[in-house]
Formats: sequence, structure tokens, C-alpha cells
Amino acid sequence: MAAPFSKTDDSVVVIIGTGAGGGTLANELAQKGISVVALEAGGRYLPEDYVNDEWASFAQLAWLDTRRSDGSFRLARDFAGLPSWIVKAVGGTTTHWAGASLRFQDHEWKALTNYGRVEGASLLDWPLDAAEMDPWYTLAEAKMGVTRTNGQPGLPGNTNFLVLEKGAKAVGYKEVHTGRMAINSIEYGGRQACQQTGFCFQGCKWGAKWSTAYTEIPLGEETGNLEVRERCHAARIEHDDKGRVTGVVYFDASGVEQRQAARIVCVAGNTIESPRLLLNSASSMFPDGLANSSGQVGRNYMRHVTGSVYSIFERPVRMWRGTTMAGIMQDEARHDPSRGFVGGYELETLSLGLPFMAAFLDPGAWGREFTSAIDGYENMAGMWIVGEDMPQETNRVTVDTAVVDQFGLPTPVVHYDDHPNDVAMRDHAYERGIAIHRAAGAVRSLPTPPYPSTHNIGTNRMSDNPRDGVVNRWGQTHDIPNLFVSDGSQFTTGAAENPTLTIVALAIRQADHIAREMGAGNL
Amino acid sequence: MNRIDRAGMTRRELLARSVAAGGSLLVGASWVTGRSAAWALEVTALKPGTMATLVQMARDIYPHDRIPDDRYAVAVKGYDTADKAPAVEAGIAALDAAAQGQGHPSYLGARWEAERVAVLRGIEKGEFFRTIRAGLVTDLYNQKEIWPLFGYEGESFSHGGYIDRGFNDIAWL
Repeated sequence: MAAPFSKTDDSVVVIIGTGAGGGTLANELAQKGISVVALEAGGRYLPEDYVNDEWASFAQLAWLDTRRSDGSFRLARDFAGLPSWIVKAVGGTTTHWAGASLRFQDHEWKALTNYGRVEGASLLDWPLDAAEMDPWYTLAEAKMGVTRTNGQPGLPGNTNFLVLEKGAKAVGYKEVHTGRMAINSIEYGGRQACQQTGFCFQGCKWGAKWSTAYTEIPLGEETGNLEVRERCHAARIEHDDKGRVTGVVYFDASGVEQRQAARIVCVAGNTIESPRLLLNSASSMFPDGLANSSGQVGRNYMRHVTGSVYSIFERPVRMWRGTTMAGIMQDEARHDPSRGFVGGYELETLSLGLPFMAAFLDPGAWGREFTSAIDGYENMAGMWIVGEDMPQETNRVTVDTAVVDQFGLPTPVVHYDDHPNDVAMRDHAYERGIAIHRAAGAVRSLPTPPYPSTHNIGTNRMSDNPRDGVVNRWGQTHDIPNLFVSDGSQFTTGAAENPTLTIVALAIRQADHIAREMGAGNL
Repeated sequence: MNRIDRAGMTRRELLARSVAAGGSLLVGASWVTGRSAAWALEVTALKPGTMATLVQMARDIYPHDRIPDDRYAVAVKGYDTADKAPAVEAGIAALDAAAQGQGHPSYLGARWEAERVAVLRGIEKGEFFRTIRAGLVTDLYNQKEIWPLFGYEGESFSHGGYIDRGFNDIAWL
């Protein structure tokens, strides 16, 4: 069905990556009649292929190419080779994501203005605001079937939510509900409702959770305007002597180098791979990498302030039953510096299966203290902290030319130090999370360190000023007009919310802009 | 309730035995058998005594009194290969030496768990301990056979999820 395009066809838009950003952009452009070739490093897996077994699924879906992390954050010690937990597959990390779909709060678009200068942080206002994003959010919510928007009912609460709700209300919190989730609470978009199966992270076997793998991608392919080339790993973007990009060199499923010509290139390989690709595309004209005249490519890597609180109760909770993240407490999401930090955080329900609980509860720990906690697994409830971390110029993705991947390409290195604001926020969130569980009857709480990041944002930041940002308000690079960034790496700051909804809203908006500019002959 | 499912293990690796007396792991010419003698592990590259010590070390790292020895044995049996055996033999020899340094005849000869844990604390920064622990956290807890001991139910898709099977069943709350 998908139109195969010639590799020399320089009228196509080439999108690198098919996740929340790339997959959405690909379909939106295809629906507008624009020819798109999407290069996807991973293979194609659909609900019937997903495996509801944590390690087996991890082996099937996770991005496991060589990476290294360093810095003072604990993850660099616990999982030095696995800074992120993202997916290599058609659909990208929308296969793995939990579905939480929250809009930024109004003040978060203008973090510098509203928080003021924070020492050591490179806070900046987005060139966008809530009013400008409102219609795009509305489109994204409708596309994704987000609960508690557009008349979609909320999901029913599972045991883990009921514990969170009871404890949160007991300590005086008000905004507690089962979340705004891109998981069908009723049949929607030709997909069925959630069956409370758990394993949201391993790919939804019912297709109830929105994923570009079985929504945007096939819809785009049906138009005949989208060709997805799976198991094709982008190596570098090429340009002409006028400094405009002309095509993408990639390695195909057989490991053979290919080149696809392009009218426009959109980079959506997630926040580690996208800057890596720009840096690995350095040329004599752009010796520091493409779109990097500001020196900002790779900088301001953000991953949210995270952490978990698991608590053991006297009687069974069985938190793994039901939707993994359909529960949220939002009272602490506000900006209130009287707490000792700027920005805010959400507390969201979370559970891990026994194998991942053992691996992530307290990495490296052993002995009776650890195993007695695991013995309490059936009686555990869990929640996850997701808060705004401070952008820092020195938190960055670089490439290591001495360590190459299976294609001979320099590999990414992720450096991250916690900012004091991050530490203060995490401590506050642990304390509040423990208080919530205590109020619901917990007998022992386990403040659990951050996992490898699923929220990776900010390494090609958006700014109106070409000196301090990589892309403009459309995600278009300041240096190269026909080169765009279409994923979470364009985030100026991270806000307290799970990033996918904003990535999708930005992609819909970007598609509209690209189509308009192409129509006007500007691209 | 017998929660041990032997599917996936070959006869050669795991042989059912009739009941014998308890005590520590029994070691034969090329096999290790459990205290209840409900299982036995044939070794090919490692010395049986080395495997017995490794199984005890695994239990001391992640002690769950309801998990039988055979599950710990399964978790470490991957070290019984020609290429891995030399490092494991050396590691266990060092472990025994460390135990002797603390006044025990050997690692297995330290009778209290706390005594063995004290020996392990002395080597926990070393490559051997870190390798064993890191492998174990996956190879022990990823065995479906032990999940029921923790109440964990694994996948539910084949049963239609929990929508009609207790996703919100927490009457005690």
C-alpha cells in the first residue's frame, strides 16, 4: 500500500524516527498529500507481537545500542551503559510509554520569567505559550483519545490508584484522579477499551493505548504518501554548498549504506539520537555538526526529576493489576518556591513486575534488607515522581569518536549532574509520597532511585534567538531552513508533565507549518 | 502446594531424587544435590564443591527462605561452562580464603548467615561478587517458577486482563 519512493526522489520529506514526534508528523504530512519517507532504526511490532514479560519485552523492544552515561547522578553508577529506557521499533517509545497525557501548565511555558534566574541553570522562556498551543493540544488529545478530554470518561481506578487516592485525600490533597490518559476508557478510534491487563510498558496487547505503531503509521501508509523503511539506521545528513540539506545516508536492514534524497529532513530520533545524528553529520562547512552554530546541539539534556516511592502494606495490594499509570496527584505540580525549589512535580501511580522490581528497587543492594522488601511485593503500592528538572548547559549529549557502534558511527555519551533544585524537589516528593502511603496504612516505605530515562528532552532546544537555541518556534533549525527537529529534543524547558502529549501537539503544528511553507514555495 | 515447575530444565541438569536427610548441600563426584534431595545439579566444568558454594553464596546474596535451593542453582548454572569455570573457581577459592581469614573452615563452614554475609561484605566491591550479584538479580527473579511465592501473577492477557478479575479489589483499604 505504501508508496515506494525512489532513493533519488528529492521531492520527499525524510523523517528520521517514527515515535510520538516522527510518527505523528509522518501521518499528518501524508494526510496533506505530501510524500514522506520515514526511516526507522527498529523493526515493526504490533500488539500480537508484544510480550507481556518484562525482560523478554525489553530484549524485543529496547534501544540497546552502545551508549555511555557519566556525571554525578546515581544512574551513571547503576546503569552506566543504559542511560535511557526507550524503544527501537516502528512507533518508537509510544510502544512503551504509559499513556499519561498532561498539558503544560500555563506558567511552565515561561520558566525563566516565572521562576527567575536560578544559579547554574540555563532556564529560558519557550517562544510559545499556552494560548498558542491550546488548539494543537486539543487536536492531539482528540487524535490520542485522551481521557477526561473531549468527553472521554476517565479510566476506572485500580488497587494502586485507590491506595494513592485514599492516602492523598487523607493528607489533604484535592487533585487526585485516574489521570488524563491516551488509553481508551471506551472504544475509540477503532480501538477497544482498556482491559486492565497491566504491562502498559511492554506494548499494549489490546491496542487500547495510543501508539503511532498502529495508529498514525498505518493511517499514513493508507494514503499512499508514506513509506516507512524499517531497520534503517540514519548515519548522517548531507547538504549542498548552499548549506541546505539534500539527503540522508543510512544503513539498511542488511547493513548496506544507502542514501535517500530529500527536499526537507525532519529529525525525530529521540533526545539522545537526534543530537548525535546532527553531531555525526559534521562537515567542512559545519565542522561542529549541523545546525550547531549556537553550540547548543546536545546541551540542556533533561530527564525530569524522577524517583519512586514503593510502600508495603499489611495486606495485599497487587499493584501490577490494571493500568500501570492511571492515577495522579497534582497538588504539588504548582510553582511554589516556599517549598525550597522552583517548578513542581506530579505523583503518578506506577508498578513494576517482580523481575524489574528486583532490578530497579535499589540497584546493587543485596541481603535481608533488600529481600525482605521483595518478600512484601504482593502488598506493595507504588508511585512515580515526575517533576521539572533544571536545564543545565553542561548536562549534554556528546559523541565519542573512540567508541563506535555496529555501523562504525561515533556513539553517544550522556552527561548529567543533578542540580540542587532537582535534589530539593526529589527530597520533597519522597517525603510527600511516603506521607501519602503512610496515611493509607503503609508499614514500610522504599524511596527508590530514578530508572533509566524514558523522558529524554531538551538537547536541541527551541528559542527565538539563534544564539541560544537550535530551532525556532516551528522546530526549524536556525541554521538550515529545510532541516527540522520534530521530537522532544526541541523542548526549551521540561515542565512537570510527561512529554508525549506536547511532542504530539508540536508535531501536528509543525506539519501544518511545513505544508503551508511548501505550498508558499518557501521550502 | 508444589510451586516448582521444572519445565525448561533438562533431565541432565535436574534429576529428581527421593527424600534424604537435611543439612547442607551434598556433593558427589560430578553433582550437587539439595538439602531435601529433591533436586540435583550435574556439573560439567565446575567442581561440585564450587557449585555448592556458589549456590549458598547466591542464597546469601538474595535470601528468600521460601525459595528452594534448586531455583538458586538454576540461577547460577550458567557459570558451569568451560570458559567461565576458571574465573568462578578462582572467585570461590578467594571466597573460601576470605572465610578462613575470618576464622571459618570455609565459606560453607560458616554456619550462620550473618557470618557468611560478613565474608561477602569483605568482597562485595570486587569483580567476582559484582558479576555474580548482577547476573543473579536477573536470573533468579526472572524465573516464573518463583513468582507465585511473591504473589506475582505475571501476564494476564491470556486471561482477558483483570477487568473482570479484581483490578480494583482491595476491600481492606
